[in-house]
Amino acid sequence: MRLAVLASRVRLDEKRVFAALDRRAVGYEYVDTRVTWSVLSGGTPRWDVVLNREIGYARAVHAAWALEAEGSRVVNSAIATEVCGDKWRTSIALREASVPVPRTALALTPQAALDALEVLGYPAVVKPLVGSWGRLVTLLPDRATAEAVLEHVAALPGPQSHVVYLQEFVPKADRDIRVLVVGGEALGAVSRYGDQWRTNVARGARAQRCELGPALAKLALTAAGAVGAGIAGVDLVEAPDGRLLVLEVNHGVEFSGFQEAMGTRTDVADRIVDYVLAVES
Amino acid sequence: MPKCPECAYGLSFAETPRLSEIVECADCHSELEVITLNPMVLALAPEVEEDWGE
Repeated sequence: MRLAVLASRVRLDEKRVFAALDRRAVGYEYVDTRVTWSVLSGGTPRWDVVLNREIGYARAVHAAWALEAEGSRVVNSAIATEVCGDKWRTSIALREASVPVPRTALALTPQAALDALEVLGYPAVVKPLVGSWGRLVTLLPDRATAEAVLEHVAALPGPQSHVVYLQEFVPKADRDIRVLVVGGEALGAVSRYGDQWRTNVARGARAQRCELGPALAKLALTAAGAVGAGIAGVDLVEAPDGRLLVLEVNHGVEFSGFQEAMGTRTDVADRIVDYVLAVES
Repeated sequence: MPKCPECAYGLSFAETPRLSEIVECADCHSELEVITLNPMVLALAPEVEEDWGE
């Protein structure tokens, strides 16, 4: 099997994957996305399987489409990457799979967002349609704040920035939950605690292993399946009434914090390699 | 010994870094990227872009 690992930034996550491949003496080629290009020629694909670890969404999704067009099997697939990277498309996919999510709205202009918020109610959260690490995710406690924030949104460059994704604010204690799914199996769950309402590890939140019960595992698997992701980080929050709601599904999952919290209970990189090797067979 | 492009500090590593790996200068704490291995050359790591991350 000709295997490529696609990445522009080799982080601890990628090093763990490389080490897992090396331990098994699996041959692979590290491919830097920044110097990758593709011609539509109909020839033989360069690689049978590509593990897509590109950190940037635009490069990740277009690389996946390009390499699939060449005939490679890309993990995660181009469509899964595209759906996961777009919060609204993720919401649609989750709803179609009957996965519980916070009440969500899409407004096609910042002005329309104000009207949508009157229906959705306050407090609410505005998120970039495409974005990660909690960047620009803003809590809107009331209409006055929403007007100010949406004025800033309207001033952002690019038409896509003006499409506004809104969600009801789910009050949570001080944590959310991340379940890591690889190849149809939930590997474990961690709670992420933060000093602020956004509990992204990238924003300094701490990860701690928590119990992965059957309900949580099933919900995470359903969510990953809904977006078609073989490798996924499913983020959930527990509503005050005890319901688990899925916030998002990550396609290019960063797992070092999860791995540290899980200790020796699982080896995520090994499981990713298992999955990638099984994909080809 | 590769030098930090920002402060010229000579960096040494317990394990040889991989191509494209991000390392930190022990002196000025700049984030650096390994851009070639033989010889090892470091450059300032790219700034975080808007669509980075999970």
